[in-house]
Amino acid sequence: MSNTELVALASMRTRTSPLRRLLTNPLGVVSVTVLGVIVLVAVFAPVIAPFGPNFAEVGNAFAGPGDGHLLGTDSAGRDVWSRLVSSTQLTLLSALLCAGVAIAIGLPTGLIAGYYGGLFDGIGNWFAGLIMSLPGIIVLLTARAAFGPSVWITMIVFGILISPSYFRLTRTAVQSARNELYVDAARVAGLSDVRIIARHILSVVRAPIILQTAIICAVAIGIQNGMEFLGIGDPLTATWGAMINDGFRNIYTAPQLVFWPALTIGLTTGSLVLLGNAIRDALEGGSTVAAPAKRGRRTAASASVPVSSAHLLEVRGLETGYPRVDGSTNVVVKGVSFAVDRGEVLGIVGESGSGKTQTAFSILGLLPQSARIVGGEIVFDGRRITSGDAGVDQGALAALRGRRIAYIPQEPMSNLDPAFTIGAQLTRPMVTGLRISRAEAQRRALSLLARVGIPDPARTMRAYPHEISGGMAQRVLIAGAVSCDPDLIIADEPTTALDVTVQAEVLELLREMQRELGMAVVVVSHNFGLIADLADRVVVMREGEIVEEGAVRDVLRHPQHPYSQQLLASTVAGRKPLTPLLTETEGSAR
Amino acid sequence: MLTFIVKRVLSGVVLLAVICALTYALLFASGLDIARNLVGDQATPEQVAQRARELGLDRPLVERFAEWVASALSGDLGTSWFTAQPVLGTISARLPVTLAIITVSIVVVALLAVSIATAAAMRGGWIDRAVQIGSIVGDILPNFVLALLLVILFAIHWQIFPAISTIAPDAPFSAWVESLALPVIAIVIGGVTGSTQQFRSAIIGQLEKDYVRTLRSRGVGEGEILFAHVLKNAAPAGLTVLSLQFVGMLGGVVIVEEIFAVPGIGSTAVSATTQGDVPLVMGVVMTTVVLVVLVNLLVDIVNGWLNPKVRVS
Repeated sequence: MSNTELVALASMRTRTSPLRRLLTNPLGVVSVTVLGVIVLVAVFAPVIAPFGPNFAEVGNAFAGPGDGHLLGTDSAGRDVWSRLVSSTQLTLLSALLCAGVAIAIGLPTGLIAGYYGGLFDGIGNWFAGLIMSLPGIIVLLTARAAFGPSVWITMIVFGILISPSYFRLTRTAVQSARNELYVDAARVAGLSDVRIIARHILSVVRAPIILQTAIICAVAIGIQNGMEFLGIGDPLTATWGAMINDGFRNIYTAPQLVFWPALTIGLTTGSLVLLGNAIRDALEGGSTVAAPAKRGRRTAASASVPVSSAHLLEVRGLETGYPRVDGSTNVVVKGVSFAVDRGEVLGIVGESGSGKTQTAFSILGLLPQSARIVGGEIVFDGRRITSGDAGVDQGALAALRGRRIAYIPQEPMSNLDPAFTIGAQLTRPMVTGLRISRAEAQRRALSLLARVGIPDPARTMRAYPHEISGGMAQRVLIAGAVSCDPDLIIADEPTTALDVTVQAEVLELLREMQRELGMAVVVVSHNFGLIADLADRVVVMREGEIVEEGAVRDVLRHPQHPYSQQLLASTVAGRKPLTPLLTETEGSAR
Repeated sequence: MLTFIVKRVLSGVVLLAVICALTYALLFASGLDIARNLVGDQATPEQVAQRARELGLDRPLVERFAEWVASALSGDLGTSWFTAQPVLGTISARLPVTLAIITVSIVVVALLAVSIATAAAMRGGWIDRAVQIGSIVGDILPNFVLALLLVILFAIHWQIFPAISTIAPDAPFSAWVESLALPVIAIVIGGVTGSTQQFRSAIIGQLEKDYVRTLRSRGVGEGEILFAHVLKNAAPAGLTVLSLQFVGMLGGVVIVEEIFAVPGIGSTAVSATTQGDVPLVMGVVMTTVVLVVLVNLLVDIVNGWLNPKVRVS
């Protein structure tokens, strides 16, 4: 799991307390219990162990279980059970030392780097990268060569080596928390940085740190015993790793000598790792929805059947929903019906959460993976492409998308693939969609780019998305959408992400393209002004339902539904209308 | 692109210099302690001083380091204090075996992990759950315990593979395969369980990007989206995972070589450490750091080639 995911999890507000969920999770209970027993064994080791760890009965090597030796004796006649028990304390303490060192280095540096950024952040990041590029065991061997055999030095060095994981975790958490509103509010309220960090930021970092520590303790135990197994530790200290080493040397005579310490290590690291996972699940709060068996792309093929429809696109009683954890469905589009004719522009207007974008993606068949069409149907050009009963006919839609139904997205930059040139992204779909040669697609792309108002098409073709401006990118996406002469374009907030001056230009371009090519357009926006500028008819959506529908002029002049009136009032806000449609003369000329 | 590569090479050289200086300081700082370790606890202070003088440990650290650098640059990493063999010779004799293990392992890990991760990200279902469980199980068993388990099962119990590898540089290919199969499997299991989950996250992260939806809206096929667009964009993250895996393998190979008695650089490191053969330890550290720098450089160059943004910044 990446740092960002961890942080996102930790900052999620959940209803029941994570601790309670941890203790109701069977894996959590088991791992906590096993760890508890191990800790008890460590604390009471001198009482539990019948012999000293190095007490050897010469002449009683490789004894089997019994006769006072619960698990038998090792190659030197030492009691296996006593050695196991007495190494527990050392192992746990060394894991804690390692995690402690790593936290002591990683947490404060991560806090400072994340909170203040700048030079310290740069230096810290460089060091973290440097340390992470060192092969751990080689460094530990070097430390052993320099400082001699000591579990503690090994663990301190390993703590340093693993500190970047805390540094990065804390840094990510702090960076995302720093920009939260409540942190801003605290800053405005005049709280000192130290208090903000102590009160607001540490609380965000705490849970991921605990999770990370469980895992790192497991890794530290693995490494410590791995080093002991290599035989470079202090020969007088009993450790699980050294015990495995002894067993491995005598693998043919006494394989059980490997078994017991290996089992102990597995139990300890296993319960730590499972505890870490249980903590993560507890933080997630059971919010994960069972993933659908397939990506839901290729479902029933029978959906695409001829249906009589007088319109280019007809949406009848569409219901789109997302499954909830408890098995019910959260319906976000509730029985929406409308139709679009050839060459007609339909506006869908509503606030965020009104279901307008979900409706648009339902038409395109590009809903997120977990979404389901629950009811109704969508008919395009006399064929049913989606229905509540038969699902989404992805095969039919794949043939339609790009060629007959196109899409203009909201955010231009994120909708271009950063790793491909504009030219490649424009021409490739044309080659497959129109079955034309590459050279012809190239020519077509150049003229399209010129048409959408890009000053130097040849240069833009060679450019990567990060080399052009947002307005340019949106023009490129519009060129891409119209490149295969579609009958219908779905435009989702096509100007929202652009600068105000660019918005007007792009809007003008959209209007020109629509008139020139005679396409039908479904334009989705929260902005009544844009809809008024572009659309012939408008549907007003609220909480998944259509509350009003009509010709743009009528709805603008005499909004019937109180919600439309509100929306309109918020857009026009008592100002003199700027859009031509609203003025008497031009409005009626249309 | 050329300035980009030059910059990366320079930063690699700086890294190498810094680590060499640190390691040298760490290893050679207390000349008398080293000498005492070599001659034993019973030796008189005179004997210790004599040994230190013989090895040149009585001179100032900076002077010795400068000398070491000068001869290292001319290809001489000194001689072992125990075998009197040149360090460079020992390392170059043993490096091929280690490199063979790591190279094969990293290639297999990359192929396996990427295919499994892609299947998990695209199909979900049981493959996805298996990946999740696999990553937890991989965390639970320390790698050396896993390697031991493999030896005990496959070499000792079923005797499918030899427990102790017997490879020489001139051994036939089949002997190499037989000897290195178990070590590679041991490393690959750890690598796959440790990295598949991260590849999966990287792929899913790309699948959820807006541009994928836009590509679909333009009629680009699923196969093309996955192989041309998603994998290309997920590659930098994947390569970073692989380079960290490589670093991890350089360490992990030490333990695996010990367990399978492979005559590689890892077992050299262990014996040099226990004996206190400081020049040899220094040589091993240098070699691994050079390998890490080279791999990071390679990853940077491939990333620069894949991702146009990296080249610019």
